[in-house]
Amino acid sequence: MKPMPAKQILMGINGDEAVAYAAKHALVDVCAAYPITPQTIIVEKFAEFVANGEVETEFVRVESEHSALSACLGASAAGARTFTASAANGIELMHEVIFLTSSIRQPVVMAVADRSPSGPINIHGDQTVSLAQRDTGWIMIYCENSQEAYDSTLQAFRIGEHPDVQLPVMTMLDGFVLTHTLENVYLLKDADAHKFVGRRQPMMITIDGKQVPLKLDPKTPITIGPLQLFDYYMESKLQHSEAMEKARPVVTQINNEWAQLTGRKYGDGYLQPFKVTDADAVILTTGSSAGTARFVTRQLRAQGKKVGLLKLRTFRPFPDKKIAKLLADVPVVGIFERTHTTGSLGGPLFNEVRSALYDLDTRPTILGYYGGLGGRDVTPDHFRTIYKELLKIKDTGKSPRNPIKYITVRK
Amino acid sequence: MTQKLPGSKDIPPAGVTWKSATEYKTGDWRSKRPVRDDEKCTRCLICWIFCPDAAISWDGKNIQFDMNYCKGCGICAEECPVKCIDMEDE
Repeated sequence: MKPMPAKQILMGINGDEAVAYAAKHALVDVCAAYPITPQTIIVEKFAEFVANGEVETEFVRVESEHSALSACLGASAAGARTFTASAANGIELMHEVIFLTSSIRQPVVMAVADRSPSGPINIHGDQTVSLAQRDTGWIMIYCENSQEAYDSTLQAFRIGEHPDVQLPVMTMLDGFVLTHTLENVYLLKDADAHKFVGRRQPMMITIDGKQVPLKLDPKTPITIGPLQLFDYYMESKLQHSEAMEKARPVVTQINNEWAQLTGRKYGDGYLQPFKVTDADAVILTTGSSAGTARFVTRQLRAQGKKVGLLKLRTFRPFPDKKIAKLLADVPVVGIFERTHTTGSLGGPLFNEVRSALYDLDTRPTILGYYGGLGGRDVTPDHFRTIYKELLKIKDTGKSPRNPIKYITVRK
Repeated sequence: MTQKLPGSKDIPPAGVTWKSATEYKTGDWRSKRPVRDDEKCTRCLICWIFCPDAAISWDGKNIQFDMNYCKGCGICAEECPVKCIDMEDE
């Protein structure tokens, strides 16, 4: 018999608050964070939990994001479960420490309220900054709605702290569209959540034939994060890469466990295909845009148009083989990304997906769309336009000379 | 590199060191080495005070440079009041 999901509490909260509740449920030992729009509510709400004595977390007030993640990194190295949150310019300011955290294998969880990078100054949502962290060696999960933000944040602790993995995880929620929008969110009861996350167990490592915890502990002194030059640096990178490979099954496993507990499942943890199997045209996108795209896909299907949506949830580790399998028989694919890159053939999402499809015997025609930048609304019309173009390419067999397009830009 | 170094499977993850810091010899990127003229040397120990890497030792009689840690910075030669230290190419 299928186990019944745990009884949950329905609350009207926004995405930021959902993440704060997840951090509360995750029994976080240390939280260091600095407020920045649109992430502020996460830290604000969490500080409230601390002030009310609802959590036992040590809350460190720091003067910048660089210090926020540095404090988390140090606390994590001492064995604490740590959480932080930031956005846009804050992420860029802590960029150095983002690399450090993953390279010394500390499973810090960070919520990223996705906001466009300033220049021109802007505080609204797009995914340029988070996608720019793609080479930092973190596990990266994009959330479609506030419920998924709560769910993914709790899952993140389990994935990152898994003994085979030991890597930091960032969970992305789109600025304002998710962070500041009220939604109905199911929260676990404290006891159920606590049982799911458990307590952090440090990874065991072998030094001189002895097993010691990877943690700063006077009883078993070790040095974490020393200089590694040309003699050992590359070997550490290889280890990091292998840890990321080991995370692949863990993402799916935790997603399944979560489904058993809550009744909510996000595909295989990586991808959520919707009407992809027999589709003539598929849109691949990520984050809150996927919800809008699904709405349009359903409408067009009702009109008999064979369109499908592939929502990408986990960007690192990148599910290249899964994408290739799902899109192998699709004639035309459009990739919609709320990110912007110049001087290259398309953005990071376009590049990675296109590369994943390179080994197929018959490759789909692939188009890349930049849109929703700087918080410009991503509307159903975006996806109607894209599907129309993709279906036209399917019907005429003519692909455009330039596969990269902008949606709703004024020329 | 002449000796065979351990691979990624042999070293601990996260850049954790598996040796005591005293086993790390850090003088191998030196391009100049200090050479002291023992007769000129007055044992004033100014070099011993100034060496930023504590690579100069004094046992009450003799001054010695520890080439495992000397980076060849030349501060000892610069500070020596009787100019008894020469920096020679490695």
